[in-house]
Amino acid sequence: MSPRGRLIVGLFGATGLAVLFTLAALGLPGFGGTSHPYGQRTLPNAIARHTPNVVSSINFDQRAFDTLGEELILMASALAAVVILRTVRAEQEDAAGEHSYGRAQVYDALRLTGYLLLPVTLMTGVYIVAHGYLSPGGGFQGGVILGSAIHLIYLSGDYPALARIRPIPAFEAGEALAAGAFVVLALGFAGQVKAMNAVVGLEVGCAVVLALAKFFEQALLVRKQT
Amino acid sequence: MADALPVAALLLTAFMATAVVLTRDPARQAIVLSAYGLALAVLFVVLQAPDVAMSQTAIGTVVVPLVVMLAVHAIRRHHTREPDEGDER
Repeated sequence: MSPRGRLIVGLFGATGLAVLFTLAALGLPGFGGTSHPYGQRTLPNAIARHTPNVVSSINFDQRAFDTLGEELILMASALAAVVILRTVRAEQEDAAGEHSYGRAQVYDALRLTGYLLLPVTLMTGVYIVAHGYLSPGGGFQGGVILGSAIHLIYLSGDYPALARIRPIPAFEAGEALAAGAFVVLALGFAGQVKAMNAVVGLEVGCAVVLALAKFFEQALLVRKQT
Repeated sequence: MADALPVAALLLTAFMATAVVLTRDPARQAIVLSAYGLALAVLFVVLQAPDVAMSQTAIGTVVVPLVVMLAVHAIRRHHTREPDEGDER
């Protein structure tokens, strides 16, 4: 298609989007108003099921089936990262310590910050998963914090140590087990907010670690076969 | 007057989003993207959505910029290695 044709098609789509978006925005209720139809329906249900964090009640109880789809999307993307970013025949992977990535030249202040933040961040992640049904947070948020926290070791300049504490097969198994457990919980034992919360935390943590691990391997270790 | 905080948070978010677009170097862009993620998290807190703000902080300021940085690094590494292939090793 010629640039001119693309411009015309693009303008057509942009105009349609602008018109529809403006109409939709004009139809919204006022900012901070007193009418909350969704809240009025979800709040009594959350209170009736003793889940103080209404967001968790919606995620894992009232709309658990939607969350099931979301979790499977996350698993599919982690799986895609593992499959697409694997080492192919024309490439080879170096050992983690082969380059200067072991004990790299990192400022002491940065290294110390990484080591000090690691336990604090891990504990924050566990807290957010464990208290997901009580206070803001939950399996997803806590899982992402747990999954990204261990990469503070890389910030401290020690890639081999990071590679040691996250054995890929273990995290692949954890990911699969947690995803399977979540499907069973969501379909067979509806309403188990605490259990679903914990399983989602494990699943999300494993998915984040797996996807990031593949990106780390590509960025640091994989190269064309010589 | 009560709307001052949401308006300020929205303006900060719009400012950071513009900064992300105007940053041309991908490695710098990842850092600016991280700051934009933080501004977005502030907006969510102001709009009383702490759960979303937590997800945004973890994903938008840590995971996504890290993935971008690693991808940029991988691309640069593969590009610089190709011309002098076979010289070393």
